[in-house]
Amino acid sequence: MKILVPVKQVVDYNVKIHVRADNSGVELDNVKLSMNPFDEIALEEAVRLKEDGKAEEIIAVSIGPGKAEQTLRTALAVGADRAILVEADNRTEPLAVARVLAEIVRREQPQLVIMGKQAIDDDSSQAGQMLAAELDWPQATFISRLELSDDNRTATITREVDGGLQVLEAGLPLVITTDLRLNEPRYASLPNIMKARRKPLERLAIDELGVDATPLLEVLKVEEPAPRKPGVIVDSVEELLDRLKNEAGVI
Amino acid sequence: MAALVFAEHDGKTLKEATARALTAALGISGEADILVAGHDCAGVAEAASSLAGVRKVLLADGESLAHHLAEPLAELIVPLMAGYEALVAPATSTGRDFAPRVAAKLGVMQVSSIIEVLAPDTFRRPIYAGNAIETVRSTDARKVITVQTTAFAAAGAADTTAPVEEIPAPPPAKNIRFVSQQLTSSGRPELTSARVVVSGGRGVGSREGFALLESLADKLDAAIGASRAAVDAGFAANDQQVGQTGKVVAPELYIAVGISGAIQHLAGMKDSKVIVAINKDEEAPIFQVADYGLVADLFDVLPQLDKALGE
Repeated sequence: MKILVPVKQVVDYNVKIHVRADNSGVELDNVKLSMNPFDEIALEEAVRLKEDGKAEEIIAVSIGPGKAEQTLRTALAVGADRAILVEADNRTEPLAVARVLAEIVRREQPQLVIMGKQAIDDDSSQAGQMLAAELDWPQATFISRLELSDDNRTATITREVDGGLQVLEAGLPLVITTDLRLNEPRYASLPNIMKARRKPLERLAIDELGVDATPLLEVLKVEEPAPRKPGVIVDSVEELLDRLKNEAGVI
Repeated sequence: MAALVFAEHDGKTLKEATARALTAALGISGEADILVAGHDCAGVAEAASSLAGVRKVLLADGESLAHHLAEPLAELIVPLMAGYEALVAPATSTGRDFAPRVAAKLGVMQVSSIIEVLAPDTFRRPIYAGNAIETVRSTDARKVITVQTTAFAAAGAADTTAPVEEIPAPPPAKNIRFVSQQLTSSGRPELTSARVVVSGGRGVGSREGFALLESLADKLDAAIGASRAAVDAGFAANDQQVGQTGKVVAPELYIAVGISGAIQHLAGMKDSKVIVAINKDEEAPIFQVADYGLVADLFDVLPQLDKALGE
């Protein structure tokens, strides 16, 4: 079985982002970029399935500018066997991403697509569900546990839902999106980082796949959120309760 | 044309998120219908029909819809959209699951987790865990929108009730089925609609530590939330997580106990009206968003609070 793992290069989790002075977007120049944390979890799950003998090949795919190659090299160092970079210079919306991924799925015929539940830049949380729709596959979103049957024909999935946990059974092929508690991703070792440089990486242009990636949403403005008014440090529980009662009027 | 609002419910009770999504929908379209999809949920349709501003309620009642799986929901909603200019769903785990599937089937770009409707096609939404706010204009003739419900007031009750129209439920999905669920029932107000939320972080130290929060929550009729660190450490359940990837809350009063205030946690609570932070580390970033900060050991403070509120 082949597993496809889409990965997105985003501003690193630990970077405090800055909105550009002209409100055109978030500053991306000279900022540390890394693999989207949810995608790391997706990749880890795929690597574990391969280690357990459930999968033969892991293909990492990214859609983005040329420098997204770094993120694919990281994926190769962690355990992907080969990578595909679909180069796109402009902002690619989740719908276009899903259509590109659907084309890759038709070419590569994976039985499982495992991807992050959302990217921590645009926080849209759409691409996985949209890919499932494009392929007419079932979808299992926000999962915290995955178990494949011995014959790899069905998956039992635990999903994190608002009220608790939900267990579903789905037939393969299937699109899965990962939540935080599915696993703890590993780091790439130095020898594996060296080896990853020699693993195959194919470059495609988005047009070659016949996908129109023209954005459907027009970004008019990006702003800093309104700041909260500064607070006060209180000295005691009595003062806290007094202020909550008499100043804020919330208790 | 009207908007179609997806009703969030558990089969018995219509969730307040629906009334809030309705407010957003009425800002997008002049008229709104509510879709109640589920199994044995006629009571929910009745509740929905008495919300102010509803034109009619569509009730799709069938076994295939019992657990709100995305596949049958998309099957149900996609053809309905021929008669609507927008689908509006609360950005709950259900809405976030099925809405993008509907959007892709319609060939439109969803606008996720909106916090404001500026014009029928223009919305504000948080990106980067709420560290930036994006204003987007949708060029799609048919829109699919999910709503961060804490950002909208709930529509009130109407004097009259809207008609309920029954529509057929789709057949069950072929390749996916519901097996079981473990729902947490705490007997407390729901996290996303509670007036007061008491949240614990890694500083609470243990599952037993969380029991200390319960007594305080009892006295304030509060829901109990948790930071990601506390959930990862097993002190609290996943459905209690507040933050970028958990739930977004905006109560009247948010009490953060032993929470350092990671960016992704702040994203889930910084729109609360009044924020109280209790932490022994005075450098903790949570104090930067707190209206009232108390630099103290939570294990000293909690019993004192509990006692003072008990009097």
